[in-house]
Amino acid sequence: MTVIALRNATKRFPGTGGRPHTAVRDLTFEVAAGEFVAVVGPTGCGKSTTLSLVSGLEPPSSGEVEVDGTPVRGIPDGVGYMFQSDAVLPWRSVLDNVAAGPRYRGLAKAEARQKATVWVERVGLAKFAGYYPHQLSGGMRKRVALAQTLVNEPRIMLMDEPFSALDVQTRQLMQDELLRLWQGTGAAVVFVTHDLEEAIALADRVVVMTSSPATVKAIFDVPLRRPRDVEEIRMTPEFTAAYREIWACLRDEVARAREEASRAG
Amino acid sequence: MQAEMTVAPEQVREITGTRTHRRTRLWSVRFGLVVVWLASWQYAATHWIDPFFYSKPSAIGGRLVDWFTTGTAFGSIWKQLAVTLEEAVLGFLIGAVAGVVLGILLGRARFAAEVAAPFIKAANAVPRIVLASLFIIWFGLGLTSKVATAVVLVFFAVFFNAFQGAREVDRNLVNNARILGASRTQVLTSIVVPSATSWIFASLHAAFGFALIGAVVGEYAGADKGMGLLIANAQGTFDAAGIYAGMIIITVVALLAEWLLTLLENRLLRWRPPAQTSGDNYA
Repeated sequence: MTVIALRNATKRFPGTGGRPHTAVRDLTFEVAAGEFVAVVGPTGCGKSTTLSLVSGLEPPSSGEVEVDGTPVRGIPDGVGYMFQSDAVLPWRSVLDNVAAGPRYRGLAKAEARQKATVWVERVGLAKFAGYYPHQLSGGMRKRVALAQTLVNEPRIMLMDEPFSALDVQTRQLMQDELLRLWQGTGAAVVFVTHDLEEAIALADRVVVMTSSPATVKAIFDVPLRRPRDVEEIRMTPEFTAAYREIWACLRDEVARAREEASRAG
Repeated sequence: MQAEMTVAPEQVREITGTRTHRRTRLWSVRFGLVVVWLASWQYAATHWIDPFFYSKPSAIGGRLVDWFTTGTAFGSIWKQLAVTLEEAVLGFLIGAVAGVVLGILLGRARFAAEVAAPFIKAANAVPRIVLASLFIIWFGLGLTSKVATAVVLVFFAVFFNAFQGAREVDRNLVNNARILGASRTQVLTSIVVPSATSWIFASLHAAFGFALIGAVVGEYAGADKGMGLLIANAQGTFDAAGIYAGMIIITVVALLAEWLLTLLENRLLRWRPPAQTSGDNYA
């Protein structure tokens, strides 16, 4: 069953000097329920815009974006979104940050906290429930954001390079955590990243985007079994084969993006 | 081994020792500066300059003692102080609440803010202190005219900061809250208001000073009691010591209010990393 469908979705922003800047053009792809889709592309190509369209934070300039078969108008029900930069509330403790979603959705304070406690424990922050975000490390803040998103039990999770700011070891740890927590939720995931290894290690399918203005270049199936251990799986021949195949497709776009960047700069 | 065990505690003592030592030195230098300043003023006023115009510390001290023991020409000093404080506090509360509410609402309403911008700029350019005279005509010599003066002074100081604070809210936080299910009102109360709090507090420190100025100037322009009246009366009778004494009392009140505000700020903004809190600066 298809939960997300983009059909020729295009997004233009008012650019500098009056000329509209096209972030994404003619995006067409679908995501099925419970599927983990990674979107890779050169840095700054408009991958995040794709998520803004699905989340309803930005309406498309033309084309269609559908969630659960209905066109997106405003934020669709059951959508969770993990942003690239920290979006946890600095004035709330870990527990109250996680309880924010249920509170917004009308749960009483005690109930919301009870629900939040479960997720704070699941992401391994039980000892830090009363801490403020500035007292936590970058990886721990990501755990808070993850719990904050998952506590709402989303059917669609949008993730915008959520682990890109972390060091390599913490990133792998978080990738494992994400897979562990996601398995069993049945949620569809759209995971935007510029790291192809991360994309293959996590996803069922990888969508390769062109350089700016971005559109879908190709879509690859990832033939790796679940459950996966992201560290182990990188060593397998299947992983290397998939990497080689997708990188051949992505390489040209990365090169072109670099060329454009050096010309502009 | 023996040496190692004895060195450690001594080092700790040395560090805490330097810290208390530093504090003592800091305060003794500050105290010394005040003593030198007062002593030189006292000496100059006794030998060279005319204390009739410039007064001197002993005369000011005497006037303060006199006011607090026998009372002023208009009755007890506590009564005068209470009147001025009542005006200032009322003006501060009304002005701050109005400034915060309007600032935040306008900060989140782009179109309304654009419509209002030139009017607000014009209103801010008006020499508002002159309004004190107008308010006396409108509201008479009583409490209302002074509160009104304090309100206009406080309002603009707080308004601009609340406005800026509401505009500078991190878009990410707002988007995150909306995704998590927050309504427009919930975004306002749970994201915008807490974000703007640091900005608002920055202005509140100055705003209580403005409230006192508004109350005193209001009394100065026309009143039958209050600190401003005492100062106006001192000016009328060429009593320089009286003006200084009034000034000192108001300064002490302003410092106390500042201290209370800092306590409240630290309580409300507990979540900030310690490096950012304004500890010793205001203490």
